[in-house]
Amino acid sequence: MNIIVCVKQVLDPELPPSAFKIDPEAKKAIAPRDRAPVISPFDENAVEAALRIKDAHGGTITTLCLGRDLDMAVVKKPLSMGADELVLLQDDAFEGSDSFATAYALATAIKKIGEFDLIFCGRQSADWDAGQVGSGIAELLGIPSVTPAQKIEIKDGKVVVERVVADGYEIVEVSPPALITVSNELGEPRYPTMKGIMVAKKKTATVWTAQDLGLDRSMIGASAAKSKMLKLFIPVREARCEFVAGETAEEFGANLALKLREAKLL
Amino acid sequence: MAEYKGVLICGEVTEGRLESFSLELLGIGRKLADDLGQELGAVLLGSGIGDAAKEAILFGADKVYVVDDPLLKDYQTDSYTAVMEKVCKQLLPDILLLGQGAIGRDLAPRLAFRLGTGVTMDCIELAIDPETKLMVQTKPVYGGNALAVLVCEQTKPQIATIRVKAMAPLERDDSRTGEIISIPAELDPAAMRTKVLDKVKEEVVGIKLEDARVVVCGGRGIGGPEGFSQLEEVAKLLGGAVGATRPPCDSGWVAAHLQVGLTGKIVTPDVYVGIGLSGSSQHIAGISGAKNIIAINKDPEANIFRVAHYGAVGDYKKVLPTFIQKCTELLSG
Ligand SMILES: Cc1cc2nc3c(=O)[nH]c(=O)nc-3n(C[C@H](O)[C@H](O)[C@H](O)COP(=O)(O)OP(=O)(O)OC[C@H]3O[C@@H](n4cnc5c(N)ncnc54)[C@H](O)[C@@H]3O)c2cc1C
Ligand SMILES: Nc1ncnc2c1ncn2[C@@H]1O[C@H](COP(=O)(O)O)[C@@H](O)[C@H]1O
Repeated sequence: MNIIVCVKQVLDPELPPSAFKIDPEAKKAIAPRDRAPVISPFDENAVEAALRIKDAHGGTITTLCLGRDLDMAVVKKPLSMGADELVLLQDDAFEGSDSFATAYALATAIKKIGEFDLIFCGRQSADWDAGQVGSGIAELLGIPSVTPAQKIEIKDGKVVVERVVADGYEIVEVSPPALITVSNELGEPRYPTMKGIMVAKKKTATVWTAQDLGLDRSMIGASAAKSKMLKLFIPVREARCEFVAGETAEEFGANLALKLREAKLL
Repeated sequence: MAEYKGVLICGEVTEGRLESFSLELLGIGRKLADDLGQELGAVLLGSGIGDAAKEAILFGADKVYVVDDPLLKDYQTDSYTAVMEKVCKQLLPDILLLGQGAIGRDLAPRLAFRLGTGVTMDCIELAIDPETKLMVQTKPVYGGNALAVLVCEQTKPQIATIRVKAMAPLERDDSRTGEIISIPAELDPAAMRTKVLDKVKEEVVGIKLEDARVVVCGGRGIGGPEGFSQLEEVAKLLGGAVGATRPPCDSGWVAAHLQVGLTGKIVTPDVYVGIGLSGSSQHIAGISGAKNIIAINKDPEANIFRVAHYGAVGDYKKVLPTFIQKCTELLSG
C-alpha cells in the first residue's frame, strides 16, 4: 500500500489559554517565541495509522505539507517515525489560502506524486478546527472518503474502516483509492527512534512551488478565499471563581459541599 | 446568476424521529428566514421518515422536502452528497444549515466542494447582516481560544454547520401548518463507493451524558481507572453522569464516548464538576453551556478556575472523600 499523509504545522494547541495571543489587526494568532510549533495532533494519528499499515503490508509513506515558516525539525517528525518521503509545498502565493485553495494545492500535488492507494488526513486541524480539507481533496480527486476513523485495516485488498460516530462506531468498507481522516481514538502516535531521527536528518524534502504544480493563480491565496474573515477576537471571560475556605484539603471538600448547598445546587 | 432564496436546513432522522439538534437547526433557521423575510425549508433524508416531516413543521419549517429511499437508510458520503447536490440545485437556497454531528461534519464540506461554495464548520452564532443580507457566521478557532467572524460573499448557498446545543429550538407549535413535498432520490447504487458493514453502539449505563443535569468530569490528574470509580460515586450521589477529558479516554481509563469537548460530547448540565483537569480550551468548548462550573484541582493557576464559579484547590484524593461524606449528610438530612 502506498499512502500519502497530509500533515499541517500548527501552533502548539496545548499552549495554556492564558498564553494564547492574537493580532486582531492581522486577524492572526501570534506564534509564541518560547514554544515550537507542532504537527497538528490528529495528523500525527494519521501518520501512525499509515505506519501500522506499512508494518503489516509494506509500501511507502509520503507526507505532504503546505505551509510557510516551516520548522524542519517539526515537519521531519513523520520521517523519524518511519515515513519515507517528505514533500513540502512552499510559496508566498499560498498566503491566505482557505480550505478550498489548500485542498486544491494538495490534490494537485498528490496527482504529481502519482501512485497512491490511500490518502490520510487528520480529522481536523488544531488551529482552524475545520475538518474540511480532507473531504475537499477527495472531492477534487473524485475518490471516496470516510471520516473520521479510529481504526483502518486492509482485508483482501479492501479497506475496512471504523468510523467514529456519537455513541460508538460504524464499520465501513471501501476500495482503494480512498481518502480517510483519522481521529485520536486510533491511539497514540509512536515516538521517533534514535535511528529514525538520524535517518530523517539525512533525508531531503522535495519542495514544490505553485508554479511547479502548475496551479491556477486565481484559485489560491487570499483573493481566492470563499469566506472572508471580518474579525478575529478572544472572548472575554470574567474571572469570578469563588474559592472555598479552609486550612486542609479535607476541609475544602466538606466546605465545597456546604457551598453547593448554600447555592441550592445540592 | 440564478436567484438563490430562502433558508434550508438539513435535518437528521433516527428511527422515524427528528434528532434533537435538528430542532436547534429549525430554531436558528426560522430566525434567519424571518430576518430575511423568506421561507424556511427543511430537507429530510433517510428511509422511513414518517412523522418526522410533520414534526419539522411544528418546530418552524414552512416546507419540508422528504427524500425517502431505502438506499438512504445508512448515512454514506456518496449517496447523501449526491442527493443534497440535487436538492440544492433544484431549490437554490440562499443559506443551508447542517448540524455538526456525525452526518453534518462529513457531508457539509464534501457538498460545499461539490457546489463550489464556502462552508463554515461548527458555528456557535449566526445572524443576518442588516445591510448586506449575508449570513454572519461566528466560529470558535484555535480550540476555542478565539472566535472568528466570517461571511461568504461571492458564492451560494452560504453553508454552515452548527455546534450541537449552541442554539435553542423553538417551542413546539401544534397550530403551525406547512407543506410536505417528496423528492425522489434517483440514486445509482453503483455510484455508492462505500458500504456500511455494521454499526457498533457503546452501552450507556445510567444517565446519558448529553442529557445529564449533573456532569462529573475527570482529567489526566485522576491518575487511573480506580480514581474514576470515586467519580462514579460522586455522579451517583448527585444524580448525574461521568465524563472525561481526552487523556483518560486515550489511556483507556474510561470509554472513548465519555470524552467531553470540541471533538467529544457537548454537555449543558446545571452543575458541572471538573476534577483533576486543567481546563484546556478544547475541553471547555464542550462545557460552555454548563450553568454552574465547579472545579477541584491542586494547581491554583489551572485554567479551569478561570471559568469556574466555585473552586477547591487541593489533591482530589483528599478533597473528594470529605466532599462525598458531607454531600451524603446534607442529602439525607
Ligand atoms: C484539535 C484538538 C481537539 C481536542 N479535543 C478535545 C476534547 O474534545 N476534549 C478534551 O478533553 N480534550 C481535547 N483535546 C486535548 C486538550 O488539548 C488537552 O490536552 C486535554 O483536555 C487535557 O486534559 P486534562 O485537563 O485532563 O490534562 P492536563 O492538562 O494534563 O491537566 C491535568 C490537571 O490535573 C491536575 N491534577 C493532577 N493531579 C491532581 C490531583 N491529585 N488532584 C487534583 N488535581 C490534580 C493538574 O494540576 C492539571 O491541572 C483536543 C486537542 C486538540 C489539539
Ligand atoms: N496546509 C496543510 N498542509 C498539509 N495538510 C493539511 C493542510 N491543511 C490541512 N491539511 C490536512 O487536512 C486536515 C483537515 O484540515 P482542516 O480542514 O484545516 O481542519 C488536516 O488534519 C491535515 O491532514
